[in-house]
Amino acid sequence: MAELKRTPLADRHRALGARMVPFAGWEMPVQYEGIKAEHLAVREKAGLFDVSHMGELYVTGASALAAVDRLVTNDVTKLPVGQAIYTCCCNAEGGILDDLIVYHLQEGRVLIVCNAGNREKIAAHFAKNLEGVTFEDASDATSLIALQGPASLEIIRAAGAPELLDLPAFGTAEATLFGHRIRAARTGYTGEDGFEIFVANEGAVAVWDGLLEVGQPHGLVPAGLGARDTLRLEAALRLYGNDIDESTNPFEAGLGWTVKLDAGDFIGKDALARIKAEGPTRKLVGIEMIGKGIARHGYPVLSGGEPVGQVTSGSPCPTLEKNLGLAYVPASLARVGERVDIQIRDKAIEARIVKIPFYKRSR
Amino acid sequence: MSQYPTDVKYTKEHEWARVEGDLVRVGITAYAVEQLGDVTLVDLPSVGATVTAHERFGDIESVKTVSELFSPISGEVVEVNEDLDANPELVNDAPYDKGWLIVIKPSNLAELDELLDAAGYEAFLGSLDH
Repeated sequence: MAELKRTPLADRHRALGARMVPFAGWEMPVQYEGIKAEHLAVREKAGLFDVSHMGELYVTGASALAAVDRLVTNDVTKLPVGQAIYTCCCNAEGGILDDLIVYHLQEGRVLIVCNAGNREKIAAHFAKNLEGVTFEDASDATSLIALQGPASLEIIRAAGAPELLDLPAFGTAEATLFGHRIRAARTGYTGEDGFEIFVANEGAVAVWDGLLEVGQPHGLVPAGLGARDTLRLEAALRLYGNDIDESTNPFEAGLGWTVKLDAGDFIGKDALARIKAEGPTRKLVGIEMIGKGIARHGYPVLSGGEPVGQVTSGSPCPTLEKNLGLAYVPASLARVGERVDIQIRDKAIEARIVKIPFYKRSR
Repeated sequence: MSQYPTDVKYTKEHEWARVEGDLVRVGITAYAVEQLGDVTLVDLPSVGATVTAHERFGDIESVKTVSELFSPISGEVVEVNEDLDANPELVNDAPYDKGWLIVIKPSNLAELDELLDAAGYEAFLGSLDH
């Protein structure tokens, strides 16, 4: 097996008592104090995540936005400078190659953030299909630190970056934090308010240490990938490789809102138009366990004793104190309140279909 | 060391067994708890079920993972820790005490002789990669 890659913060994680695990080719912190405690800290105060394993791809040139638009399902052509947008990136058959955030940094310069496990595939796909622009994969030189939770804004204020305080949702701007030039975006993967901060690797430790220090009075704690997963599940944010992949399309995944069929041409458009016209045969739904059991990725969904679908994500959820999951079921069963069973080892355990997101912040 | 009580015997699957008169109380070790993280669900056999040494008798789930539980000894389950249904975190808080799992009426108490003592278990943990 290939050597695991380490982020510039790996030594910090060890010093903070993290348990490190392999994830998408990287050695990453899965938890520090404990998944539940970190999850609740993010919902109530704030958590700091090292997500430097994510991929950062830059597209430069006068026609950068138009060039990227041909590779993604959402319409990015009207994206103002300083705004970002969530989108799928599909193959010609409409299967999801990755889910991305596209940032319009300045006229003629676009940043695309992709999942760590898809970085090589997406970089190759972009390098092959982009026309008339310059493409750069800056992932290895770039760290990404996510500050998430209701106290995030106060922590950014305490960190002395006033230019970031008025960023709207999905807004992005540059600033100086702890002596280093950074780019921040009002984005995240937890269902809370927060900022994701891009910084060159050389500045990662200073920004991490600085935020932890100024954030401590506000309840900021380091949080690992374990809490990130339970937080995103409560918010029903899809996880690539679990809930979506090349065998799934945006319509069945509930991501049809990212597909703009009436805008410009893009790879997969014809296939997706056909899928939309015919209607998806299966749908991703929320599952709440009624009986004693935890639905996990890959467990069969039963209806009338017969397997009809599969759980794609599942976990105990600390804020809602329920065992929740996401699953594909036939479109005919995809109704809130529908009773199903989840096959857990040798038992069929009662569950029901519930609406997603499971959790939505009130602020 | 308090982390390795000397009044129990240990399996290499990180269960402990404590002789209490004619019966054997079973739980998982502090090391197992540390590896699991927050325990959220414990699936145990019913009273009256038969368990076999080194074979699976249940499952324990944390937020992230599912682990199988292996019996340190053969026999009949005579008591199950019902408190874990509502409070599975007892396993984290007190693995050798309130976080016990089941009590077994052993068919052959001598099976415990094959298990590790505290020093043997500590040495075994030391041999796992660190």
